[in-house]
Amino acid sequence: MSTLLSFLAKLFGREEAGSKHIAKERLRLVLVHDRANVSPQLLQVLKADLLKVISNYMEVDEKGLEVQIDRTESSVALVASIPIKRLKRVAKSMA
Amino acid sequence: MSEVVVVTSGKGGVGKTTATANIGAGLAILGHKVVLVDADIGLRNLDVILGLENRIVYDLVDVAHGNCRLRQALIRDKRFEGLHLLPAAQTKDKTAVSPEQMRELCAELKEMFEYVIIDSPAGIEQGFRNAVAGAEKAIVITTPEVAAVRDADRVIGLLEAAELTDPKLVINRLRPRMVQRGDMMNIEDIIDILAIDLLGVIPEDDHIIVSTNRGETVVQDQRSLAGQAFRNIVWRILGEPVPLMNLDGERGLIGRLRRLVGLG
Repeated sequence: MSTLLSFLAKLFGREEAGSKHIAKERLRLVLVHDRANVSPQLLQVLKADLLKVISNYMEVDEKGLEVQIDRTESSVALVASIPIKRLKRVAKSMA
Repeated sequence: MSEVVVVTSGKGGVGKTTATANIGAGLAILGHKVVLVDADIGLRNLDVILGLENRIVYDLVDVAHGNCRLRQALIRDKRFEGLHLLPAAQTKDKTAVSPEQMRELCAELKEMFEYVIIDSPAGIEQGFRNAVAGAEKAIVITTPEVAAVRDADRVIGLLEAAELTDPKLVINRLRPRMVQRGDMMNIEDIIDILAIDLLGVIPEDDHIIVSTNRGETVVQDQRSLAGQAFRNIVWRILGEPVPLMNLDGERGLIGRLRRLVGLG
């Protein structure tokens, strides 16, 4: 019965999983990679901004700060490693 | 008020040259003074698309190198009052012209014409950089395929880096039946990915091949759907808010049957 239904769905163009979904998903992924081609300058600016925000809450080791783009087969991630020197009292009381 | 527009795509074979020819002819039909510049040095094609290949004496490189005056290199299209072509050189390569020379050329053409439309070569190397050097606006052509949309995305990034922000998109060779089947990305899918304004959608149309065989444009052909789509694009360039053509309306028996059973 279900095969008959899917056959009819295909016949009348109501098949949900047409190949365009595959095309769009592949494009989405490939563009994430393409667009993630960020320059070292951009990463430097991003680092400075991150430090500015984070230092409102805690004292961090500026020299030990690492920010990089991590690419895997199916995703792209911004990975930041930020060693904390000391937590501020304000941050503590807020938590 | 004149403007210099570059037509580009990244990927080859998506219809840049055909679009340039038809938009130019369409603007000329409506009484505007237009020059089409073939920036694809070494692989010129705009001349054959327009059927003007036998009338070339001088070319863009001759003008840039001062071998002739600009007016001597311009070819007047006798079919459309106001339409002119500045052909590319066929025997040189992209390095024969510099971006600076292109900027000067565009500035000079802008004094003479209302619309200066530059047909960019495929790729993102010097030919592309030359084509965009003197442009103030950009039209990006793509087709509903993964490779073409990806390259369009790359080109949009490069245009923005060249301060050609706000490029307009033309989706070419859309096949409504495949879209309806779910086997081709639709207009929304592509806009969603590229996130730029849509200038128009050209359906796949056999008339294009026939007119190209003859060295004619399709924009004046009242029976051609692609011709209608190009006319709409021309109106939009002129600032008229023409709605998108309905390409979903399936004609023929199957379309009617579908609608009858509520599936259309």
